[in-house]
Amino acid sequence: MQANRLTISEIQAGLKGKTLTCESLARQYLDAIQKHNPDINAFLSIDPDQVILDAKASDQRLNSGGAMRELEGVFAGIKDNIHVHGMTTTCASKILKGFSPVYEATVVKRLREAGAIIMGKLNCDEFAMGSSNENSAYGPVKNPLNRNLVPGGSSGGSAAAVAAGFCTVALGSDTGGSIRQPASFCSVVGLKPTYGTVSRRGLVAFASSFDQIGPLALCVEDAMLVHQVISGKDNQDATSLTHTPKWTPLKKDTGSLADLVVGVPEEFMGEGIDKEVSEAMDQTIQNLKKMGARVVSVSLKLVNRCLPVYYILSSAEASSNLARYDSVRYGPRLHEGGNLDDLYLKNRSLGFGAEVKRRIILGTYVLSEGYYDAFYLKAQKMRTLIRQDFDHAFTQCDVLLTPTSPFPPFSLGAKTEDPMAMYLADICTVPVSIAGLPAISIPVPRTTNQLPVGIQLITPALKEDQLFTYAQAMEVMLKGNHL
Amino acid sequence: MSQEEFETVIGLEVHVQLNTKTKIFCNCSTDYSNKPANTHVCEVCMGLPGVLPVLNQNVLQYAMKACMALECDITKETKFDRKHYFYPDLPKAYQISQFDKPIGERGRIRIELEDGSERLIGVTRIHMEEDAGKSLHAENGETLVDYNRACVPLLEIVSEPDMRTPEEARAYLEKLKLIMRYIGVSDCDMENGSLRCDVNVSVRPVGTEKFGTKVEIKNMNSFRSVVRALEYEKKRQVRQIKRDQRILQQTMLWDDVKGETRVMRTKENADDYRYFPEPDLPPVHITQDMIQEVSQLLPELPDKKVDRIIKTYQIPAYNARLMAEDRELSDYFEEAVRSHNNPVSISNWILSELLRELNKDLLPIRDCKIKASHLGKLVYLIDSGVISGKIAKDVFEEMYKEGSEPESIVKSRGLTQISDDSQIQEIILAVLTNNSQSVHDMQAGKMKAFGFLVGQIMKETRGKANPGKVNEILKSLLREKYQIECP
Repeated sequence: MQANRLTISEIQAGLKGKTLTCESLARQYLDAIQKHNPDINAFLSIDPDQVILDAKASDQRLNSGGAMRELEGVFAGIKDNIHVHGMTTTCASKILKGFSPVYEATVVKRLREAGAIIMGKLNCDEFAMGSSNENSAYGPVKNPLNRNLVPGGSSGGSAAAVAAGFCTVALGSDTGGSIRQPASFCSVVGLKPTYGTVSRRGLVAFASSFDQIGPLALCVEDAMLVHQVISGKDNQDATSLTHTPKWTPLKKDTGSLADLVVGVPEEFMGEGIDKEVSEAMDQTIQNLKKMGARVVSVSLKLVNRCLPVYYILSSAEASSNLARYDSVRYGPRLHEGGNLDDLYLKNRSLGFGAEVKRRIILGTYVLSEGYYDAFYLKAQKMRTLIRQDFDHAFTQCDVLLTPTSPFPPFSLGAKTEDPMAMYLADICTVPVSIAGLPAISIPVPRTTNQLPVGIQLITPALKEDQLFTYAQAMEVMLKGNHL
Repeated sequence: MSQEEFETVIGLEVHVQLNTKTKIFCNCSTDYSNKPANTHVCEVCMGLPGVLPVLNQNVLQYAMKACMALECDITKETKFDRKHYFYPDLPKAYQISQFDKPIGERGRIRIELEDGSERLIGVTRIHMEEDAGKSLHAENGETLVDYNRACVPLLEIVSEPDMRTPEEARAYLEKLKLIMRYIGVSDCDMENGSLRCDVNVSVRPVGTEKFGTKVEIKNMNSFRSVVRALEYEKKRQVRQIKRDQRILQQTMLWDDVKGETRVMRTKENADDYRYFPEPDLPPVHITQDMIQEVSQLLPELPDKKVDRIIKTYQIPAYNARLMAEDRELSDYFEEAVRSHNNPVSISNWILSELLRELNKDLLPIRDCKIKASHLGKLVYLIDSGVISGKIAKDVFEEMYKEGSEPESIVKSRGLTQISDDSQIQEIILAVLTNNSQSVHDMQAGKMKAFGFLVGQIMKETRGKANPGKVNEILKSLLREKYQIECP
């Protein structure tokens, strides 16, 4: 097997057994990037010399008897809305072209402290708004599994980089599905943690009450290892929770899922769900039953209200969070001259792409006097009801199972003219984000002619340990029961 | 109708800068005055992408103190909101403020007016927020922005429209400043910008209930200019009404040089700040324990202190108020009284001699060399007849300069009062002999010479003779020896 397809435990076994060095691993990733990134366009910035230097330092550390740290030998790509020291953060937007952060994100610091090596910055939809990675000012990302297809979004670069063997793991950010949906489109694992478990300091805000950073990886265990490192209280993020999860060690050979009750929301079966996705779901459910799990039908009655609620609340927050990009203090001055209003108007008009503008206008509208109560306030009330909807569902089951996306990856350009069709891509992921719950997308193995499909597992808040346990059991199960 | 037939209805919106060491949402120092531009900033107060605010717990505590001091109800679950507008000195293009759940509501301030009457002015609300940076408009047309002030903590204190005269507005501001300084949360120095004040003012015929259309005035830089702006605006509005012209709901700017207000904007296109709850800051739960803890940090407040001082020490209300205008000065008074129980005399010494010297040297009471107990001792020396009031002033002067103890000054300079009758009589007899002309004058009815003789006696004793005794003995000697009857 190619070294650039190794999981974390495989890498660390190689390092321990001296069959692998960090430097050789780095070179394999860099080779793959050099060969394929010009077409796939996952990395926006990378510093190969620094990667090699960091890899050599890790090797030296291990050779001189240093202990193997949690993420030793792990090469991490970082979505370009998360600050990395010494690299630009563009959020795939013209308005932040060349912007160098003066501080590093907490998650990146934690990765480094755990021994991970930062590979570079990954393409995404502009300010993380989109579901196909076609909203990047620096060009779309192609799906490595089939380069005519989109990789999903907004963390399309993160999913593509892991799928293409450009790095071991990647960090993405998920506001309404931006980790899980591209993970499913690129057949990798993607985790959206419970809101508040991972620090947002250094993540450029899109919708503050939804945004969470999470890992994209080749397997559940890798996602878990990265999540363990990046999660935990950060005093510089007032919304970060003090909760320290107790991690259950995963059992590799889970042969049985007896006693597990899996709830399948009826709203995610049938109409609106693509045939291929339905088939993969059915197959998963059959397997679960074989393994002894009890599969029950549950209802999330408010699912059909989730998209409007999400687009009202997230756009409201986005219109506020993105107000600071005025080209006064940072970012390129795309227009000079005129009065202050001209400066704002012209720079923001030139700097932001169409989707970002659409959301700013929507968000500004719903917060305006006379509309606030009808939109924002009502959506906030709905948010509470949607949370209760999930609470109720969890009285009937341990974990919820849904498709990650209602359809498999589509062709580049297929939905760019139809924002509403694009928004439907997040129909299965958005409810979870509204409720702030943890969810993971794992790939359903497919034959080569089939399109990638992912399934989403959801647990109550802060039950990531259970989520990992169930997800890994299913991962093992699915791999052993190829369609 | 004349100007007198109208009354003004005034409400104040005051911004008080809190003197916490660090800013409200980051660890930058708030000590930015006279510092080079943009040296007291970090990524958080500059609003760079990806930063998050974290509430400075001291700001919360200071705000709670202010709420308690102004008798506000404290909101058990208070929260922050974003207030949006575009301006280069507002780094995030929104200000983190409080909208519908301010930390305090329904408070009041007692004000005292010149005629000695008192009024209660309602405080609608108190909320916490961050300050903006400062725009500096250069002569070449460029605008430069200094973000040192960005994120400095503010309290906005909004009054009810309860004031009826510009003087009441001034009294409210003075009292607010006094209370904030007492509880140590702000200097409230309007000239330095640590207190800023906007006013809302309307006029209506005396005796009517309905409010007139209000006008907001900004840009006053002293309490005096607040009063001037209000007086000007009252006249302008009354004039308008008398001309049958409508008052427009406007925001006016006060021009302190020209002494007039001018229109800044008309309210018809009112601002829409698009408030919504700040998602980066969880709501703050204020528990009974927190309230208990903060209430223990509160000092005695000025009103209570004045009432208590008047009652305990039986001194004139005027003296009590004047001393209570400075918390440390009134503490000084009480300490002095503890060393000698003559509160009236001690308060007079403080308000006349001591304050005159301190004001001359621009010194606060804490930098005064005279210990409170020493001032008490000085008054004791007068009361027990050891020195005269006149000598006491000399002793005071030395105490003020050197910080020395009054008894040792009296001893070392031999200033002890001469109260011995025979000794005084001897001196008087000598003076009468040496000033026979004056005695003749008095025999001729020119009683003015009496004063001259007293002066000569005091001169002879270098002021040490007990003045009461001098008077008494001189009169009896004049009667006995020269048959002169003094009144």
